[in-house]
Amino acid sequence: MSEFEPTIVAFFCNWCTYTAADLAGTSRLSYPHSIKIVRVMCSGMVDPKYVIKALLEGADGVIVSGCNPGDCHYINGNYKARRRIKLLKEILPQFGFEPERLRLTWIAASDGLLLSEIMQEMTEQLRALGPSEARLKMVI
Amino acid sequence: MAETALIDVKEHNLLAALRGFFKTVLKQEEISAILVPRRLPVTPTVMPTLVTDPKHLDAADPLSPAFPINAAKIVSRLTRRESGGKVAAVMRPCEIRAFVELVKLKQGRTEDLVIIGLDCLGAFSNRDYFQWISEDADACTEKFCSVMLTGDSSGGSRELASACRVCEQPVPAGADITVGLFGVDTAGRIPVTAQSAAGEDLFAKLGLRVGEEPTARRKAIEKLVAERTAARDAMFEATRATVDNLEKLTGYLANCVNCYNCRVACPVCYCRECVFVTDVFDHEPSQYLRWAARKGAVKMPTDTVFYHITRLAHMSTACVGCGQCSNACPNDIPVMELFRTVAHRTQQAFDYRAGRSLDDKPPLAEFKEDEFQEVVGIEA
Ligand code: SF4
Ligand code: SF4
Repeated sequence: MSEFEPTIVAFFCNWCTYTAADLAGTSRLSYPHSIKIVRVMCSGMVDPKYVIKALLEGADGVIVSGCNPGDCHYINGNYKARRRIKLLKEILPQFGFEPERLRLTWIAASDGLLLSEIMQEMTEQLRALGPSEARLKMVI
Repeated sequence: MAETALIDVKEHNLLAALRGFFKTVLKQEEISAILVPRRLPVTPTVMPTLVTDPKHLDAADPLSPAFPINAAKIVSRLTRRESGGKVAAVMRPCEIRAFVELVKLKQGRTEDLVIIGLDCLGAFSNRDYFQWISEDADACTEKFCSVMLTGDSSGGSRELASACRVCEQPVPAGADITVGLFGVDTAGRIPVTAQSAAGEDLFAKLGLRVGEEPTARRKAIEKLVAERTAARDAMFEATRATVDNLEKLTGYLANCVNCYNCRVACPVCYCRECVFVTDVFDHEPSQYLRWAARKGAVKMPTDTVFYHITRLAHMSTACVGCGQCSNACPNDIPVMELFRTVAHRTQQAFDYRAGRSLDDKPPLAEFKEDEFQEVVGIEA
């Protein structure tokens, strides 16, 4: 049987992390192809329901990534994102979602390398964890 | 601050004493109307009613165990803009807490409002209430009060609604004027206390006889709060175990038909238009087929668990535990238990208590630069 390839839905902010992903690409750095990147204008616009929907639809992990503190293009969107992730990290584990399945990071536009490392690492962690319950079961 | 007066209860008639007190309030020049739970003509239904003519207060019944709606929403309607008059609103503690949340969401104002809060004896579910109530509604309420206040259930009693059984905040915090009932000899005199500047202002004009709150009230409250807190914690534990994986959660919600009554009944689901009734959820027919194909089957209507978890994310930090969600559910899903259990944790995480104070900002309406570092990064 081939190795389990976890699906990761990635919400990357336009100004930092998405640019870093672009840079990783042009620098020929590799990151797992099972990542589905959704470009958003700011990490602060990721409503909890996007994360919840992705996880319920069977994503094995979700990552939200924005600019470093102090660098947000919209001044403080990333701080708002952090509160929402905090909120989700209180709710989701109560229904059995492991903490590894939801991640928040800050990756600057110039950090293509960091991006590639983080995505590799997250993929490893999810691989170890196995497919999410939502992928395997009929979620109503 | 905290000036107390005593009102006489004549011939054991607590309701009459309260109606008299409401009339005195309404008589004040500055009070244009009083919002009070009142029995409707023809049926024993009790609804929040905006009264300007004192004669309608003869059917007021703030002690009835009827609780068809959380009146915070009504008070929000009455106060969201200037009305040109001042309203006195008789509210349950959980209604006051919900209103505090709505004010913070700019959906209500405390100006031109005096909140009168009673020690809350609790309520029945809608279903139980209609089975229980009989022709002589005054007598029914009296019987209910005596069961709740003296524990004498010889007249036969019913269980309170699930939310009320685990309500550890039955005392009206946040009211301008409170009426004490716990531990009070309700056949003698009941204490009325001004709790805020607005309350004192009105209080001074009512010409009540100044007195002292009976010491037994504090003791009775302590005992009740301790019992309810224990019941609440037991409920949390039981609920947690019932939903601690996705499969169990889907089982918990299996009877849900996405009617969204629980959201309509929720006093703090604050959106004018909920995303779940927008065209975002008018999926293409082909989408359903794709969903079905992916796992071989998809339950219809779809998005049930999605709806509930999203609502938890949107409003659990504002949940006041009134239980109207469970009351509104046509399929007897224990919505309140799920929401209170999760809300307890989300509110703790932000050191927030819904309805506690107008000064605490809602957790998702603010942030600090240096906080929650533990949720950033991909370690552990
Ligand atoms: S569920 Fe969410 S979107 Fe719907 S009314 Fe409540 S807060 Fe608003
Ligand atoms: S009221 Fe009951 S059936 Fe309707 S949406 Fe809420 S939980 Fe589901």
